[in-house]
Amino acid sequence: MNKIFEVPLYPYRRHADQDALSPAHHKVAVIGAGPVGLAAAVDLAQQGVEVVVLDENDKVSFGSRAICFAKRTLEIADRLGLGAPLVDKGVRWSIGKVFFDERKVYDFNLLPEEGHKRPAFINLQQYYIEEYLVKRAREIEAGGAQIALRGGNKVAGITDHGDHVALSIDTPEGQYEITADYVIACDGAASPVRSMLGLDFVGRVFEDNFLIADVIMEADFPTERWFWFDPPFNKGQSALLHKQPDGVWRIDLQLGWDIDKEQEKKPENVTPRLKAMLGDDVEFSLEWVSIYTFQCRRMEKFRHNRVIFAGDSAHQVSPFGARGANSGLQDTDNLAWKLKLVLDGLAPDALLDSYDAERVFGADENILNSSRSTDFITPKSEISRVFRDAVLDLSEHHAFARPLVNSGRLSMPCTYDGSPLNTPDALPLGPARTRPGSPCPDAALGNRFLLDGLGDRFTLLTINTDAPDSLTESGITVTRLALSDQDDVTGALTARYLGDAPAAVYLIRPDQHVAARFRAYDDTAIRAAIRCATGQDIQA
Amino acid sequence: MTADLILTPNMDRPDDIYAGLLATHEGLTKDASDALNARLILILMNHIGQHDVLAQALQAAKSPEKG
Ligand SMILES: Cc1cc2nc3c(=O)[nH]c(=O)nc-3n(C[C@H](O)[C@H](O)[C@H](O)COP(=O)(O)OP(=O)(O)OC[C@H]3O[C@@H](n4cnc5c(N)ncnc54)[C@H](O)[C@@H]3O)c2cc1C
Repeated sequence: MNKIFEVPLYPYRRHADQDALSPAHHKVAVIGAGPVGLAAAVDLAQQGVEVVVLDENDKVSFGSRAICFAKRTLEIADRLGLGAPLVDKGVRWSIGKVFFDERKVYDFNLLPEEGHKRPAFINLQQYYIEEYLVKRAREIEAGGAQIALRGGNKVAGITDHGDHVALSIDTPEGQYEITADYVIACDGAASPVRSMLGLDFVGRVFEDNFLIADVIMEADFPTERWFWFDPPFNKGQSALLHKQPDGVWRIDLQLGWDIDKEQEKKPENVTPRLKAMLGDDVEFSLEWVSIYTFQCRRMEKFRHNRVIFAGDSAHQVSPFGARGANSGLQDTDNLAWKLKLVLDGLAPDALLDSYDAERVFGADENILNSSRSTDFITPKSEISRVFRDAVLDLSEHHAFARPLVNSGRLSMPCTYDGSPLNTPDALPLGPARTRPGSPCPDAALGNRFLLDGLGDRFTLLTINTDAPDSLTESGITVTRLALSDQDDVTGALTARYLGDAPAAVYLIRPDQHVAARFRAYDDTAIRAAIRCATGQDIQA
Repeated sequence: MTADLILTPNMDRPDDIYAGLLATHEGLTKDASDALNARLILILMNHIGQHDVLAQALQAAKSPEKG
C-alpha cells in the first residue's frame, strides 16, 4: 500500500516572518500546494522570482485523484525539470476498449503521432506529481532559487491594497501577516480565497454521483482503458477501468443521483460492487474510495488586480477527458513568464490581462468538451439516451459511428486564437496547427527534440533562412534557434512548421506558444511582434 | 463554400422508398422503432457529411414553416 500521502513533506516550522515587527514582504505568494500551486512556484523560482507557498496541509493530496496526464503537461514538466521522472514512473497506454451492455463493441489504438519526445498520455497518481514537484522545489532551492514551502500555514484573510496584497495566516502557533506584490490563488475548487473576496463561481452541476475507487490487485487485465456503457454489473450506468503504476487500478462506477454517499462509500458496500465487475475470484484491496459529483463551472474573471486564480479555484470540469489537473498546469505555464516580465518591469501590468483572456478561453474549451462527454455518458433525456444507444449499437459494426462515442475527449492544449498577444499570421503557406496562438508541436531532430530548445524565454525559430543570433526589443532579449532542412531528418519539422512554405521565422513565447510567424526575418515586423506579445502596446 | 440543403423533390421512386420506410418499422414496438429511427438518422447524417447542410436540415426539421 502506498503511504506517500501520509508522509508530511513540508511540515510546519516556525519562520522569522512570524516574529517580524511589521509584515515581511514577498514578491509572489502562492496559496495552495496542490499540483497547480507547486508548478507555479517552481516555474517562477526557476526564472529567478522569489516565491513563498502557503498550504494549510503538509502532505501530497490524499488519494490518487487525477491519474491521466497528457503530453502537453509532460512537456511543461520537462521545462520545469521533472519530465523524466514522471514519464519513467507513469504507465503508457494506447489501446482502449468500449463495451456496451454485455458485449465489446470496438477497440481503438490511439496511435500517437511520431516525432514527439513525450507520449500522448501517461497514467500516474496525482500524488506522484506533487511529490516530484516538492522534490524539484527543494532541488532548485538548494541551487539558490528563492522558493519556500510553508506547511501548516492556512490563509485566513486577504486584502488587496491596490499596489500590494496583505495576507493573514493561521499557524499552530498563532496568526501572522505577510505582504506580497502578487498572490496566485491555487487553493482548489472550494477556494477560500474566492469566498473571502466574495467572487462568483458559476456553472452547471451534473446530477450524478460517481464512485471512484483505487484498487490494488494482481490481475492480468491488460494495460488498456476499458469503458462500459450500461454494463450488466452496473445496469443503466457506466464504468471505467484504467491502470496506474504500482499495481493500482482506477475504477469509476456511475451511481446515479439518489444515493446515500456515506453508505455507498463503506467498504462493505463498495466491495460487492467491485466483485460484480472484476469477478469473484480476483483478489484486491482498496487503496482509496471517494464519491464525486461533477460540476462544470468557472469564475467570470481569473485575474482580480493583484490576486490571480489558477487551477481548480478558477475553473472546474468533470473528469472525463482528464482536464482538471492538465488544464491547471497550462494556467501556470501561461502565467509564470508574464508575471516575471511584469515584476522585472519589462512589461506593463496589463500583460496579466492576457492571462485572463487566454485561460478563460481555455477553460471554456475544456468545459465544453467535458460537458459533452458527460452528456454522452449520462444522457439527460429519453431521446438523448435513444441516440446515445444508437451510436453505440452502430459503432459495433460501422466505423463511422466510433468518433461519436464520447467517453472523454482527452485533454489537448488550447490554441489561443484571437489572443491580444498574437500578430496576424504572415506565413500563408504554413500549417494551420502552428498558426499564431498555437502550442508548438514537438519535432524529432535527429537525436534531439525541438521543444528541448524552446521555453522559459522568447525564441526566434528560423528554418532555412537567416536572422540575427539575438536581438533586444523593449528590454526583452530574443535568442535565435537556427534550423534547416539538414536538421529535419524525419520530415516532422517541415510538416509541422513549413507546410508549403520554403522557409519560416517563428517568434515563440516562453510558454512555447507561437506569437507570430513570417516568411523571412524583417526587423521592424519582428520588433512589433515582440512588443505585441509582451503587451507593450496595450498600455499605450 | 456553403452547400444548400435540398428541399425540392430529389428522391428516386419516392412512393417505393416511403413504403420501404414504413415496412422497415412494421411489427416493431415503439422503443424498437425509436431506436431504428435514431440509427437511420445517424446513418443518413454520416452519408451527407457536410456540417452546413446538416445544420440547415436540423433547422428545417425544427421549423418547417420557415424558408
Ligand atoms: C475526490 C477527487 C477526485 C478527482 N479525480 C480526478 C480525476 O480522476 N481526474 C482528473 O483529471 N482530476 C480529478 N480531480 C481533480 C484534480 O485533482 C484537480 O483538478 C487538481 O487537483 C487541481 O489542482 P489544484 O492545485 O488547482 O487544487 P488542489 O489539488 O485541490 O490543491 C489545493 C491546495 O490548496 C490548499 N488550501 C486550500 N485552502 C487553503 C488555505 N486557506 N490556505 C492555505 N492552503 C489552502 C489545500 O490544502 C490544497 O493543497 C479530482 C479531485 C477530487 C477532489
